[in-house]
Amino acid sequence: MVEEIGTTDKGELIINVGPQHPATHGVLHLVITLDGETVRKVEPHLGYIHRSIEKMSESLSYRQFIYATSRMDYLSAHINNHACAMAVEKGLQLEVPERAQVIRVLMGELTRIASHVLWWGAMAMDIGAFTPFFHAFREREMINDIMEESCGARLTMNYMVPGGVMYDIHPNFHRRVKEFIAQFKRKLPEYDELVTGNTIFRARTRGVGVLSKEDAISYGCSGPTGRASGVDCDIRKVQPYGIYDRLDFRQIIGKEGDTYSRYLVRMQEMRQSLHIIEQLIDNIPEGDFQAKTKAVLKVPKGEYYSRVETARGDFGVYLVSEGGLTPYRIKYRSPGFSNLSALDHTVRGQKIGDLVAIMGSFDLVIPDIDR
Amino acid sequence: MFLTRYFSEIAEAVGSLLKGMRMTGYYFTHHKEIITQQYPDNRATLVLPERFRGEVVMTHTDNNEHRCTGCTACELACPNGTIKVVTKFEVNAEGKKKKAVDKFVYHLELCTMCNLCIEACPTDAIRMAQTFEHSVYDRSQLTRILNKPDSKLQEGVE
Repeated sequence: MVEEIGTTDKGELIINVGPQHPATHGVLHLVITLDGETVRKVEPHLGYIHRSIEKMSESLSYRQFIYATSRMDYLSAHINNHACAMAVEKGLQLEVPERAQVIRVLMGELTRIASHVLWWGAMAMDIGAFTPFFHAFREREMINDIMEESCGARLTMNYMVPGGVMYDIHPNFHRRVKEFIAQFKRKLPEYDELVTGNTIFRARTRGVGVLSKEDAISYGCSGPTGRASGVDCDIRKVQPYGIYDRLDFRQIIGKEGDTYSRYLVRMQEMRQSLHIIEQLIDNIPEGDFQAKTKAVLKVPKGEYYSRVETARGDFGVYLVSEGGLTPYRIKYRSPGFSNLSALDHTVRGQKIGDLVAIMGSFDLVIPDIDR
Repeated sequence: MFLTRYFSEIAEAVGSLLKGMRMTGYYFTHHKEIITQQYPDNRATLVLPERFRGEVVMTHTDNNEHRCTGCTACELACPNGTIKVVTKFEVNAEGKKKKAVDKFVYHLELCTMCNLCIEACPTDAIRMAQTFEHSVYDRSQLTRILNKPDSKLQEGVE
C-alpha cells in the first residue's frame, strides 16, 4: 500500500486517477506512482461499486438470481445471463429447445457487436477523437432497438430463463436484424477510415503497452485482451457451448500484444459476429422457445460450472447446490478482474499519457470487476 | 533517409486528416443521415415497443374489475421485495369466506423491471406498462397501490 498523496522516498510523485474520472469509465480508482512522465506503478483500488451480487444470489431462487448478472458486465448482459441459465440447466439436466439455442446465440452476438461498437467509440474518445463516439452510438442504437422490441429492455434484458428464453422473438426481429446487417456492413469501412487508418491513432497505439503471451497467460487475461497477445482463449472455440460448435467463424488471434493489436482483434471480432448472425438469421428453426419447467426449480445437490465468452472474455459461473430452493454458493469468474490485474504490468515504464489509451484497449467495465 | 521518412509521415498525416474531413463533409451535406431524436419535443409521436418494461400496472376492465386473486405468486417471484400483496377475507353470496386482495402495494423505487412477476402471475392480472418518465420530487410517491379503490375480482377468475 502506497501513500495516497505526495511523493515517495525516491522523489516519485503519487497521483490519484479516479474514482470519479471520465477516462476510467466508471468508479475505478488508480493510485499511480510517477517518475517524471514515466509510470512506475499502478495500483487499482476497488470496492466503490461493490454490491455483493454473489452473496445476494444465495438468498434468491434459481429463477431470480439471473437478473443480477445483467448488472455486472452491463454491456454483455445477455451473455452473462446465458452462463447462469446454462449452469442451472446443467443441474436440472434440461434439454433446451433448438429454437431457444439459436435465439440465445443470435442475441449474444448482437450484444457482442453492441459492446465492441461502444468500446470502439469510447477508445477513440479516450485517445482524443470525439466524433467516432457518435458514429458508434448510431449502430449501437439499432441493436438496442432490436433488444427493446424482443426482450423488453435495452440494456438489462433478463431474457434468458432456465430452459430457454423468456418470450419468443418479435415478428419484426428478422427484418430489423437484416436492416442492421446491411447498415453495419456499409458503415464498418467508415470506422476503419476514421480511426484504424488514422496516423495519430496509429502513432499513439502501435508498440504501446505490450503484453507478452506468457504474461497474458499468467495474469489470466482472456477475451480480446488475451487473444491480442496470441493466447487462443475463445471459449466459443476452446470449449464450445450452445450451438457454437456447429457455426462457421474464426477465432481472431493477434501477434504483437500491443494496444493497436488489441484494437484490431476487436474490429475483426465484430466482423466474425456479423458473420455468425448472417448464418443464423435465415435459419431460426421452428419450435418451442422454452422448455417445460416446474414452477419452483430445485437443482440437485452438486457443483456445476459453466463458462461463456462475453465481449470481454471468459466468464464463468460456479454454482454449488445443496438441493434447496436457493443456491448454496455462487462464484462468478469475471473477465474484467483478471484483465485489470495485468494493467499494472503493462503500463510500467510507459508514459502517463498512454495510460488512458492502454486502459481503453483493455475494455474495462467496472461493475464487472467489482461485482 | 531520415528526411524522406519525415516528409512521407507528414504527407500521410495530411492524407488521413483529409480522409476524416471528407467524412465530416459527407455528413454535413447529407441531412438524411441525421439520427438525433428531439426527445422531449417528440413525446406525442414517440412509440415504444409493446414489450418495453416501464412499470408494473394492474389491468382493470370498464366495470372496475381486476383479475388479481391475491395468490402472492408475484410477491414470491420478485427478487427485490418490490411487491407486497395485502389480502383480506371476503364473505361471498353463499356465506363462504374467500381470500381476496385488499391492497396490491408496488414499490417502483425498488423495481428492476425483470418481468419475473408477470411471468409468475397465473391469472394475467398484472402487466408491464410502457411509461418510463418516473421522476418525482419525493420518493414516497413511487410507492403505489395498483388495485383501484372499490375494484372487484372479475367473474370467473379463480
